[in-house]
Amino acid sequence: MKAGRRRPRVAVVIFPGSNCDRDTLAAVEATGGEAVPVWHQSRDLAGCGSVILPGGFSYGDYLRAGAMAAHSPVMAAVRRHAEAGRPVLGICNGFQMLLEIGLLPGAMLMNRTLRFICRDVHLRVERDDVPLLTYLRRGQVLRLPIAHKEGNWFAPPEVVREVESEGTVVLRYCTPGGGLDDGANPNGALNAIAGLVNSAGNVLGLMPHPERRVRGIVGGEDGTPLIRGLVEAA
Amino acid sequence: MQVEVRVKLKQQVLDPQGEAIRRVLAGLGYSEVEQVRVGKLMLLEVAGGDREAVRARVEEACREVLANTVIEEFEVRLQ
Repeated sequence: MKAGRRRPRVAVVIFPGSNCDRDTLAAVEATGGEAVPVWHQSRDLAGCGSVILPGGFSYGDYLRAGAMAAHSPVMAAVRRHAEAGRPVLGICNGFQMLLEIGLLPGAMLMNRTLRFICRDVHLRVERDDVPLLTYLRRGQVLRLPIAHKEGNWFAPPEVVREVESEGTVVLRYCTPGGGLDDGANPNGALNAIAGLVNSAGNVLGLMPHPERRVRGIVGGEDGTPLIRGLVEAA
Repeated sequence: MQVEVRVKLKQQVLDPQGEAIRRVLAGLGYSEVEQVRVGKLMLLEVAGGDREAVRARVEEACREVLANTVIEEFEVRLQ
């Protein structure tokens, strides 16, 4: 980035019950962005070029994870932003919101173990040809933490076929070597899907938490490429 | 009027919670219970006397937010 140029502004939307918002704001700053907290009652995104819907338990997961937040005033602005082709990233609860408002296909069921799972998983990168994924390589294996109880991605068979034929899967749960194995799928998600992008390539949702892995001191930097890609696309 | 909204996972969607309950019941000797499906029951107090209009509005609310029709089905019952 040239000296003197303004840092790209990235909105991080805060809902009642968000709990990854501070980490996300810090991750944006750590990767060269200007992180702008935006309250869920806002009707705009404060002029930001990119937006992140962070993880947490918005509205205590009442009704369904992400369902209440999906109808917050700010989501109309998020939808306009997405439909204008601008970058939107939903992490964990944020991914659940993107499914709830139909910006990404499918829905989340409870993990097949019925447990909240909080641990590191391995993820195979399936796409690297959209701006948000500029810093990743197809086939690369990432190690990132997950922390959710509703991450068991489900869709009717025709939607699963469409997602696979369009190639909109961006991350799959895998073995450390990148292989697909049911034992490496922590929650039972169909086709081991951990992350999806829309067909235009600007709206991305994932269950793992890249914002928790942007500094070696907290266990690695595998989350940095994704956050940086979003910041630079702003 | 009171309106009952029942939301449950579609039959073709695996319900691991229901299955866990079925196993517990079987362990307690209720082996005749062959399937358990867990759902939600919402009781709405709705203003207005036109039953069909109330039903239409509540069904609209179900499709918009109360149920996620990708995985769930709903049933509206007027008292």
